[in-house]
Amino acid sequence: MTGREAGAGRRGRSRAVTALLLAPTSAWYLLLLVVPLLLLLVFSFGARAPEGGYAPALLLDNYLALPTRATAFVNTLWLAAGGTVLCLLVGYPLAYYLATRAGSKRTLLLVLVVVPFWTSFLIRTYAWITILGNTGIPAILDSLGLGRVVLINTPAAVLIGIVYNYLPLMVFPLYISLERLDKRLLEASKDLGAGRLATFRQVTLPLTSAGLLSGAILVFIPIMGEYVIPALLGGGKVFFVGNALVDLFLQSRNWPLGSALAIVLILVILTAVTFYLRVGSRAGIQREVSIL
Amino acid sequence: MDRNEFETLLHDFQRGRISRRQLIQVAGVGVASAIIAACAPAAVGPTPGATVQATAQPSAGATPVPTIDINADWTPPKGVDLGDTVGVTTWPNYHDPKTLARFKELTGVTVELTIFGSNEEMLALLLVGGTGWDVLVPTNYTFKTYAGVGIIEKLDFTKIPRYDAARYDARLLTPAFYPAGSANQYGFNKDWGTTGFTVNTKHVTTPITTWKEFFARAQTDLSGKVMIHDYQLTSIGSALVAVGHSFNSVDKAELAEAEALLKAVKPHLFAINSDYQPSMRNGDAWVSMTWTNDAVQLHRDIPEIEYIIAADGGEIWSDFFTILSTAPHREAAYAFLDFMATPKVMAQDAIFHGSPLLDKAAIALLPATSTGNKISYPDTASLSKLEFGTAELLTSQARSDLWARVKSSA
Repeated sequence: MTGREAGAGRRGRSRAVTALLLAPTSAWYLLLLVVPLLLLLVFSFGARAPEGGYAPALLLDNYLALPTRATAFVNTLWLAAGGTVLCLLVGYPLAYYLATRAGSKRTLLLVLVVVPFWTSFLIRTYAWITILGNTGIPAILDSLGLGRVVLINTPAAVLIGIVYNYLPLMVFPLYISLERLDKRLLEASKDLGAGRLATFRQVTLPLTSAGLLSGAILVFIPIMGEYVIPALLGGGKVFFVGNALVDLFLQSRNWPLGSALAIVLILVILTAVTFYLRVGSRAGIQREVSIL
Repeated sequence: MDRNEFETLLHDFQRGRISRRQLIQVAGVGVASAIIAACAPAAVGPTPGATVQATAQPSAGATPVPTIDINADWTPPKGVDLGDTVGVTTWPNYHDPKTLARFKELTGVTVELTIFGSNEEMLALLLVGGTGWDVLVPTNYTFKTYAGVGIIEKLDFTKIPRYDAARYDARLLTPAFYPAGSANQYGFNKDWGTTGFTVNTKHVTTPITTWKEFFARAQTDLSGKVMIHDYQLTSIGSALVAVGHSFNSVDKAELAEAEALLKAVKPHLFAINSDYQPSMRNGDAWVSMTWTNDAVQLHRDIPEIEYIIAADGGEIWSDFFTILSTAPHREAAYAFLDFMATPKVMAQDAIFHGSPLLDKAAIALLPATSTGNKISYPDTASLSKLEFGTAELLTSQARSDLWARVKSSA
């Protein structure tokens, strides 16, 4: 047997082993991701059966009916983008403090950031109904003579819920990138005469943009698919695509229209993520978006 | 409550099977009897003859609710293997945990409740199949479809000997969906009720008497204080009544008028949510579209919340006990229906949920506070304009699409 043949045999075996090792994952993705997505695509061209559900057909009607759901898309997009920006504005200073100033309290503070996760997402969001409702913050503001405000069931309430729930997902990637930041670079910047603001803008921010991008994606994608927060804090008035989907599948039982809506939502999210990654790669940090 | 129970509860909540109110009652306040009583071991069920028992009524200062001794009168069928569970799919706050616990005590069968918010959601799962449920408590307008598609079975009344059609109030049994006393019955009435609105009279001093006024005032002096159901049947139906049409209309032009009204009202609403009790209780909402049983519960705890049956029309409804044709625990399901058809049991349940009954023998057992309650038992004259929902409303694509459009409008 020549060395080349032996090498080919090894390569063959290792390929077989690789295939075997990947089989469970592949089967999983094929059965539970690819096949359902294909079904969704097929359904989206179908018609609604008389009692609801799906009846085979080849129609574009469902896609043509989607403009009636434009409000849901607008709500979802602007609240997802707004929520991401707010998470960033709130999360960056926190992450910065944790990484650079917290000292011996750091571990404790990090744990405190995680602690809310020990309670169900749902229960925490429910708590906000009471906090934002008539007997909560509005009552306090009223008693302080600041007038009566309505918070619950408004976009503001949904935004508060989003920032509250997603903040840790933003803080952690930022914290990691800030923690990794070589502090000597900051000293160098100072030595070279840059002020604090210039150092932040020219050194800290660019070097932590990988964390920033990871955090933004981790926050933005789930918000795009959000259902619970607008359902609880939006009172059926601040309506996301996720809420429209639940209604279409469970209340109207219009699976084809729901499928078309889901397909378009997936495309919108893919477009948004591609845009993020493009921005990232232009900044030359794509490889560092490690969390993804 | 142990960790497992809590997780089950939370899971049910996440799946929308129970309402927020129940979750908070059970998980927050720790009134373990509320929903899990049925699932708990017999030891924590009510002791025979006990009259004081924690119920799921939450408000502090609520008047104590009388109870009926439900220990007598019913024995399980002899020589029948009932198994150990029966799945009952029903509505929030609709079964007294005491009666369910008593059933378990007598039969060893645990009642597993699955709670839904609308008939449409129930149907969505029933059409997919494989639910494993046994007993269903659907509303009148679903009957024809459920029977037609073969979702529910014709009841074998020899297995429900405690039921007697002669005891049932014939005035309410005339609609076509329910051929009273016929051998073809697919179910029997659990209770009935109306869909009107509750008004907090402390905040709203000028009375509202019609759906027309309800939707008009919601856009003017009561802007931001009114709730409607997240439910196509009642919200579209009542809007149709407000613009002068039938609750049951599927006419294109008439539906378009209702849609225009709903879209105009939407920005002024406090919320679109069928779980309106919390908001009415804490004062966020002053007026809400309301079902009889919720109205009874709200008024009992907060007397200034009054219930109005709209003078221009609206819905009258009845819910039924039915058995799914795919029921995996058929014998237990029949035993449960027979148990529930027993007047004492039905009366005890009614004290809990507040909806009026049709069984005269059960009504006779109710305390005067129940039968004298005008919310539960209104004057017959006030019902004259109300309509039972028709079968086509369940499957009407025009109505469900309309509602989805209203929900996703600005």
